[in-house]
Amino acid sequence: MAGNVVTLTVANFDETIRSATTPVLVDFWAEWCGPCKQIDPVIRDIAVEKAGALTIAKLNVDDEGDVAARFSVMSIPTMILFKNGSEVQRFVGARGKQALLNDLAPFLG
Amino acid sequence: MTTHPHRNVIIIGSGPAGLTAAVYTARASLAPLVIEGEPSSTSDQPGGQLMLTTEVENFPGFPEGVQGPELMQRMRDQAARFGAEYLTEKATNIDFSSTPKRVWVRDDEYTADAVIVSTGARSLMLNLPDETRLIGHGVSTCATCDGFFFRGQEIVVVGGGDSAIEEASFLTKFATKVTIIHRRDKFRASKIMQERAFANPKIVVRWNSQVTRLIGDAKLTAVEVTDTVTGAVETLAVGGLFVAIGHRPNTDLFAGVLDMDETGYLVTQPGSSRTNIAGVFACGDVQDHTYRQAITAAGSGCMAAIDAERWLEATHAGK
Repeated sequence: MAGNVVTLTVANFDETIRSATTPVLVDFWAEWCGPCKQIDPVIRDIAVEKAGALTIAKLNVDDEGDVAARFSVMSIPTMILFKNGSEVQRFVGARGKQALLNDLAPFLG
Repeated sequence: MTTHPHRNVIIIGSGPAGLTAAVYTARASLAPLVIEGEPSSTSDQPGGQLMLTTEVENFPGFPEGVQGPELMQRMRDQAARFGAEYLTEKATNIDFSSTPKRVWVRDDEYTADAVIVSTGARSLMLNLPDETRLIGHGVSTCATCDGFFFRGQEIVVVGGGDSAIEEASFLTKFATKVTIIHRRDKFRASKIMQERAFANPKIVVRWNSQVTRLIGDAKLTAVEVTDTVTGAVETLAVGGLFVAIGHRPNTDLFAGVLDMDETGYLVTQPGSSRTNIAGVFACGDVQDHTYRQAITAAGSGCMAAIDAERWLEATHAGK
């Protein structure tokens, strides 16, 4: 569905990032993280704007700590961009919409 | 370039000072536009420094305490109720040399008769080699965001003020040991915060010490600590580093335009919020290196709103 944000768990993580037809931006977040709350509307906006070119997914580090540990996430929000199942870039820390779009631009076709 | 409808008042910044100014100017039917900043993992974000704190125990009216982000959300909602509007962006340029005053967000131009500057202050970093590279890999700018990832580890907090002690106490919820590294032989922090730190069995203090090197490839594994009295150097194995050594005012945008002191704080005329430019007012930490409390920031935001309202009345009456 256009502009959808995918919720990732240990059960669907690998399959989602491997089978996606677009790059996947995974937002590692938690309820108690203020900056994570601030970027949530930003990435949801981007999900709509870049529908078809970029998939946006969220992973709750409280619920899915093993996945966060597998990617050595030690700070949230951390956003990792995957292409064909492999990490191509990571962005540590919250930022505004324009800044995030600028950061993503080199990786989107 | 887009030009937006002219305003009575633009408020730049949205901590306790900016939002109190918004409440007062909105209730005075001035329909302020608040350029509130953009998301960040530092204190330079909408809501300001309180967005990265947990419990606020000294804001009057909250006997049980209040979470910093909740307090800011309430202030924001309160101003919105009376007609304040918000733009979740950072002001990128200003021109106060003519009437109306102009503020830009990238290519978008906003104009107003009066401007209230409440851009606050940002946390200083250590400025050590590798510090930026290790952010997110053991070096953190946000204890409330990242404390969780240091469960069972030993960490260091650098600083000696209230924010350093608050961070250290908060981080003992996760870490097995928190070492506070402070360059002096006593804390600046308030008595109640100090007593809590000294009573906490997980907190150890190293006086007269400085972190002089960060060690780690993929992630931080140790810090080098130098004794400022003896010069002795020691390596401490730690998984995390949190820095709370003070603040610098966010005044780069106003360089050469608004009067500042030698450390970059805006200068206001005594007993007022007036800057050197008529119709431009400053409030909160951006002009206060003495008190720097949420309540003093809020108080000075109220002053700026009243000063702006009176200035607008006088200016319009003269036309």
